[in-house]
Amino acid sequence: MSNMTREETEALIQEVLEVYPDNAKKDRAKHLTVNDQEVEQSKKCITSNRKSLPGVMTIRGCAYAGSKGVVWGPIKDMIHISHGPVGCGQYSRAGRRNYYVGTTGVNTFGTMNFTSDFQEKDIVFGGDKKLAKIMTEIEQLFPLNKGITIQSECPIGLIGDDIEAVAKKTTAEIEKPVVPVRCEGFRGVSQSLGHHIANDAVRDWVLGNRDNDSSFEATPYDVTIIGDYNIGGDAWASRTLLEEMGLRVIAQWSGDGTLSEMENTPKAKLNLLHCYRSMNYISRHMEEKYGIPWMEYNFFGPTKIAESLRKIAAFFDDTIKENAEKVIEKYKAEYEAVIAKYRPRLEGKRVMLYVGGLRPRHVIGAYEDLGMEVVGTGYEFAHNDDYDRTIKEMGNATLIYDDVTGYEFEEFVKKVKPDLIGSGIKEKYIFQKMGIPFRQMHSWDYSGPYHGYDGFAIFARDMDMTLNNPCWNKIQAPWLKSEEEPEAAAAGA
Amino acid sequence: MPNVMIRVKDDGGLLFYIAKKDQEDEIATVEKDSDSEWGGEVELTDGSKYYIDPISPRPRFPTTLRFKRAE
Repeated sequence: MSNMTREETEALIQEVLEVYPDNAKKDRAKHLTVNDQEVEQSKKCITSNRKSLPGVMTIRGCAYAGSKGVVWGPIKDMIHISHGPVGCGQYSRAGRRNYYVGTTGVNTFGTMNFTSDFQEKDIVFGGDKKLAKIMTEIEQLFPLNKGITIQSECPIGLIGDDIEAVAKKTTAEIEKPVVPVRCEGFRGVSQSLGHHIANDAVRDWVLGNRDNDSSFEATPYDVTIIGDYNIGGDAWASRTLLEEMGLRVIAQWSGDGTLSEMENTPKAKLNLLHCYRSMNYISRHMEEKYGIPWMEYNFFGPTKIAESLRKIAAFFDDTIKENAEKVIEKYKAEYEAVIAKYRPRLEGKRVMLYVGGLRPRHVIGAYEDLGMEVVGTGYEFAHNDDYDRTIKEMGNATLIYDDVTGYEFEEFVKKVKPDLIGSGIKEKYIFQKMGIPFRQMHSWDYSGPYHGYDGFAIFARDMDMTLNNPCWNKIQAPWLKSEEEPEAAAAGA
Repeated sequence: MPNVMIRVKDDGGLLFYIAKKDQEDEIATVEKDSDSEWGGEVELTDGSKYYIDPISPRPRFPTTLRFKRAE
């Protein structure tokens, strides 16, 4: 199908909105827009970070997901207690595939689930005593932990437990940092506030811990990777590139990260921010308090990687700048071979994305390197500053949807007929059953890494493997096929 | 009276960031901007206006300041 014009896209949005009652229609209309690269400020065309409409299917998470699942969870040598009923921790356990090195249960605890397992009596009488007891037990059973965080679930805020007091008491007792995080799920409209709360907790309870400790030997080339959660090994693929440039990565936030890395971050010379949405808060704070500059970078696809490496190198001396060019040169043959192999198979294919954080804009470059086009994109929980950055990346007259509802997304897909969809696990099977190739772009569909040059090869292979999979021609039952051949071909091509 | 963090953009412009609202906009004009003082009425690129009593000498950015809504 050829590209849609602006009028057609606008008409599509109107058509999709038609089914809603008046009030809902008015609300949802603000969240859907046709991209116009002329627009400087996204708030003129799209509203974001608003409460989801009751009654529609939203794909958002909660503040607890943003704090425990995203920011704190991957810190491998701390124990993160899901404080509250057992479900929140159990159903989110290890789902994001934040890889790490270490012996689980001995010195790292990433894939384990620690919970205070609230019962009725804890709600009635309060859970503070139980929490204190749990932490003492943890200290006995897992003495190599470096600290504990208390990730509040909804009931903690509702019954008004004083977790800060318990944290202070336990810190004194076990002589390790105990961080209370007030990330009750009901706070905010999406996981985004959870990121903010988690960042604030890092700021208040961790960041300043080594301010008066000069034992860390800094070099002029110290950088940190902030907002890379090492999904399928992403942060490692990024780290190798930076190290080849001659930089020293002193901290990874938070994929494969440790408490001491976080504490040492204020000693870095530059903070490299990958996921702007979840960690810009702490970067801003460090810029203000410690004078560490930060920059956003993008390690998806060779074009953006080269751009980012040069931008990073510009902060340092000529040796680093030369090294950046050397790194780009070194991988040139490798990524050109990847493009030569996959581009002919993927050229001209159209993609629709609906993810969170940074990906709806960051992966566009990687698709473009493979000759594919992103025709629709949207964020679960972005704010206007994310859309400001997205407008420039997307082509004119493409669809942008904020907090898209299940119904809208399906209707858009039916009309736009993309060749590939990248979204989350909840959307995956709906679209696969509709006969449309799908990649789960939150955790790379159990593959990865996708960052860096190494990741790009895997990214290209995965996209090809999904799009050109012979199964898409077999979606329709054979006895229905003869009559409806053209439609099946269109959906599965 | 929002707390605003002001930081220098790559191109030298000033960014006005309201943490509470997660709103980030560039400053279009500042009433008083010299080495000796900075402040007064601040207009953002989206047209909204804020006020701060002039600070002297000019603060070093990034820094967090408390603004009033103008108008």
